Amino acid sequence: MMDYEKILTKSIQSIAPSGIRKFFDVVATMEDAISLGVGEPDFVTPWPIREAGIYSLEKGRTYYTANAGLMELRQEICNYTNRKYGISYDAKSEVLVTVGGSEAIDLMIRCVVTPGDEVIIPEPSFVCYKPCTQMSGGVPVVIETKEEDNFRLTPRQLREKITDRTKLLILPFPNNPTGAVMSKKDLEAIAEVLRGTDIMVLSDEIYGELRYDDEGHTPFSAIDGMRERTVVVNGFSKAFAMTGWRLGYAMGPAPVIKQMLKLHQYGIMSSPTTSQFAAIEALRSCDKETEKMRQEYNYRRRYIVDGFRSMGLSCFEPLGAFYVFPCIKSMGMTSEEFANRLLQEEKVAVVPGTAFGPCGEGFIRCSYAYSINSIEEALSRISKFAKNHKSV
Amino acid sequence: MENDILDILENNNKPLTNEQIAQMIGSTEEEVAKIIKGLEKENIIVGYKTMINWEKTDKELVTAIIELRISPQRGEGFDKVAEKIYKYSQVKSLYLMSGSYDLCVIIEGRSMKDVALFVASKLAPMDNVLNTATSFVLKKYKDDGMIFYNDEEDSRQVITL
Repeated sequence: MMDYEKILTKSIQSIAPSGIRKFFDVVATMEDAISLGVGEPDFVTPWPIREAGIYSLEKGRTYYTANAGLMELRQEICNYTNRKYGISYDAKSEVLVTVGGSEAIDLMIRCVVTPGDEVIIPEPSFVCYKPCTQMSGGVPVVIETKEEDNFRLTPRQLREKITDRTKLLILPFPNNPTGAVMSKKDLEAIAEVLRGTDIMVLSDEIYGELRYDDEGHTPFSAIDGMRERTVVVNGFSKAFAMTGWRLGYAMGPAPVIKQMLKLHQYGIMSSPTTSQFAAIEALRSCDKETEKMRQEYNYRRRYIVDGFRSMGLSCFEPLGAFYVFPCIKSMGMTSEEFANRLLQEEKVAVVPGTAFGPCGEGFIRCSYAYSINSIEEALSRISKFAKNHKSV
Repeated sequence: MENDILDILENNNKPLTNEQIAQMIGSTEEEVAKIIKGLEKENIIVGYKTMINWEKTDKELVTAIIELRISPQRGEGFDKVAEKIYKYSQVKSLYLMSGSYDLCVIIEGRSMKDVALFVASKLAPMDNVLNTATSFVLKKYKDDGMIFYNDEEDSRQVITL
């Protein structure tokens, strides 16, 4: 008999499986449930992008690419970043094409975090930062962002958590699950705290293109003096509706990218070739398509926020990504109870806020990557549920 | 705001209420109603219709595209001829074209014979019509931006973080 507990590493075994796995399993069995639980676009990848992928297959482009990604794609990523945000990166030494944004996050953390290093992670946020930190022996230091701060990271909170062991700050904005964004001014204030330290920043900007305010997105590396310490992670999943293509990228200082490339080279080799050819087309000619999707999300965003508010639930106005994070504290239930009972009684699936950190308690995440008609139906069921249970 | 409303009306298959549109663009029901009324008055919103795939019903219906070459009338160009043509209820669409012919007429009828008769008895004999070329539509794949045989369904995982 193999003693797997002994064989498998302590670090992987100590990572807790998501506490709400059970809830997800129940959801999966309910076929007639309406889901607002999906973290990906409902749009299919725009046809010109799909066609470019198909064409590359027809041409027999089924080989490995350069480890860092097709040079042509890296160049397009630089052009796009420059055109959209006015920052320039060197395609040869400062860009790495990865298997989704997630790989880039993993690589960056593994390249800078050594045992005992502290990694500051604002929560609620996407679920991978903590486990990746722990796998490197790092210590996650959580900052709870607050609804009264619009779920932004404040300079005061950051200052309080910095110690001489602080190695890395994660900046997950626009944020999944809250939809919170950091304005340029907010970022300047964060930068001010970091100046003079050697703390690195992993800025996860996968939702950067999905901003609904006039100011729009500012990459953290665009803030004065931050470029040298920042790795920006972005990708094709959200803005171009390309989740299944598994393609993302990291942009950062050459010495950091160089080390990340080594890990990527030995672990992955190169990102999927078909996806890379498709992505070139995406960056070159799909501004119109992405803008159309953004506009459609924006309509739904206003609609769903309004819907929750008119049920009497307080709902923070998200300005990014495609999630709302309404507060359900007035219902006298925990987030998980709420999600469970809503699923049982009205057959609507939402994600309990606690899936994104303990401080997500009292909130639920609803995605609006659904047609208006589905959102309408889901809202009317949630409203019925809220009415039935609003006793306290 | 006007363009937002037009955009929403054009792209959403189920009619939305003014209240819903107001929520989507951050306005009030009254204001949306007022704007839509204005758009209707200015003939920017010309009408409302539902797209129907008649092929799936038992209704007999054929569509034909007729290319017309016209000698334009002095002083009136093509408009006068066009008017004579679009007044027929069988004419679904009428476009003035660049290229090798002048007017594109889209006609719906109960049968091919029905359409052919209409062309022969009404269009071809018109004074300014030089010649006609009729092509029948065999299958509609996509009409006015709507795909008629769309079997793409939501296959996403029910929950992903």
